[in-house]
Amino acid sequence: MPVSCYGNRQVTVWREHGPMRAAVLGVPWLWLSAFILLPFSIVVAISLSVATDSQPPYAFGPVLDSYRLIVEDTLYLAALGNAIRIAATSSFVCLLIGYPMAYAIARAQARWRGLLLALVILPFWTSFLIRIYAWMTLLRPTGLINQVLIDLGIIGAPLQLMNNAFAVHLGIIYAYLPFMILPLYASIERLDPNLLEAAADLGSRPWRRFLSVTLPLTLSGVVAGMLLVFVPAVGEFVIPELLGGPDTPMIGRLLWIEFFNNRDWPVAASIAVALTALLVVPVAILQHMLAPREGAREVGP
Amino acid sequence: MTRHRAGGLLIVLGLGYAFLYLPILLLIVFSFNESRLVTVWTGFSTKWYGELLRNERILDAAWLSLVVAACSATLAVAIGTLAGVALARYGRFRLRWLFAGLLAAPLIMPEVITGLSLLLMFVSMDQAVGWPASRGFGMIVVAHATLSMAFVAVIVQARLAGFDRAVEEAAADLGARPATVFWRITLPLIAPALVAGWLLAFTLSLDDVVIASFVAGPGTTTLPLVIFSSVRLGLSPQVNALAAIIVVVVSALAALAAWANRGRFA
Repeated sequence: MPVSCYGNRQVTVWREHGPMRAAVLGVPWLWLSAFILLPFSIVVAISLSVATDSQPPYAFGPVLDSYRLIVEDTLYLAALGNAIRIAATSSFVCLLIGYPMAYAIARAQARWRGLLLALVILPFWTSFLIRIYAWMTLLRPTGLINQVLIDLGIIGAPLQLMNNAFAVHLGIIYAYLPFMILPLYASIERLDPNLLEAAADLGSRPWRRFLSVTLPLTLSGVVAGMLLVFVPAVGEFVIPELLGGPDTPMIGRLLWIEFFNNRDWPVAASIAVALTALLVVPVAILQHMLAPREGAREVGP
Repeated sequence: MTRHRAGGLLIVLGLGYAFLYLPILLLIVFSFNESRLVTVWTGFSTKWYGELLRNERILDAAWLSLVVAACSATLAVAIGTLAGVALARYGRFRLRWLFAGLLAAPLIMPEVITGLSLLLMFVSMDQAVGWPASRGFGMIVVAHATLSMAFVAVIVQARLAGFDRAVEEAAADLGARPATVFWRITLPLIAPALVAGWLLAFTLSLDDVVIASFVAGPGTTTLPLVIFSSVRLGLSPQVNALAAIIVVVVSALAALAAWANRGRFA
């Protein structure tokens, strides 16, 4: 057992083997096993079955058939690649918008910072669905943007702004921008202004100061923000469903279609397993590696 | 700071907040539009609010969503707190990595996978042991609690890591049993984390459309499911009115929370 800075004193409350420990560990273990471990095991099992017309619509048969399908039919890999590409581009644009904003908030007067941050978080507490709906009202052929552009005489006919890759990117950037700004703000705010002053005193110009002091020291915030946007964006269903079109297949939406429209449970399950193996596990490992170490204290992974 | 730079930062903030808020503000403005064509302004009217308040389907769904959110948030806080305490106080228990991994899974996992796996489990359970025979309320509550408990655990763990264990030790030295220490010392100390966790869990549940789509039954259509199915068919002025109400209520609650906590965050 590693030595903690509290020595053996904590033994009296938290180390005792007894009903307390059994309850604190047992109840979450039971819940996690029943509602995360067991369900995912069942997904793995069903991914190894074949689709049938029975109820429920699968039967255990030649294994790996559904995996063979998702590898051989380019539809699935294309949807995965497309989702990764859209998520990566969107998180990069989020970074380009979010970094200046986080910087401006961190450099604002202290009494304004709380309000400015609250205004970034507030949209997150309102409905996600409604924020996407807001863009539908703007982007439609008869939507506000097209109306204004036509009224101003800039365009003659409505632009196709919706049901394409542009709208999906926009929706993701809009929905997940707060997730980018918050970790960036936290890392920029921690930055010691003396370092920038020192660089300036040594004759470093603003752009140079940003590249060789500010950016490297806030890199943890950049990575955290990129992950917070990229990860949910890859598996996104609602945004491509509402704003996307035929040219924007995304893997999360494909899983949905396989399950609900095609009633092909084994293929839906194998998409879930493949996506977990290709995306969730690497990201989890990356996050684990990047997580701040808590020194000798044995709290937190 | 030079005036030039301060001006640049102000422009950045102005554009950024305009991007975040203009779509929502326009949505609210057009909720007062008379026309059924949401985006063509024909005149001021509050009739869509009237229609919304007479729409039984939406009212029932809103009530169901609130009940589901309250139940799942309470469940998430109960179990998430235990998980947070386990991670912060029990150090390196056996299979801790698996525990932490399972707990964090819904945070990283795409919602479609979480929804699919829970539904497939409920179906398999029904096949194997005849329970649960129908999908619905209980399943949405369980699914949302599973999703949110990870957030609660993270918040509780952070709060526990931040305060001195000596307080708990002092109580134990004075003869309090572990359960007493937990109820009388630990819980009151982490109470703000529990409130924050509950509110977050409540919001996540109210907002969820993907997981609910998988596990909801015919009789349990939550508000996001109603909005989603109506939005899929196109624009609807009633959704604008509903959006306006949600935004105003959330903003008012946020302002209230900020006022209640005034001075607490410097």
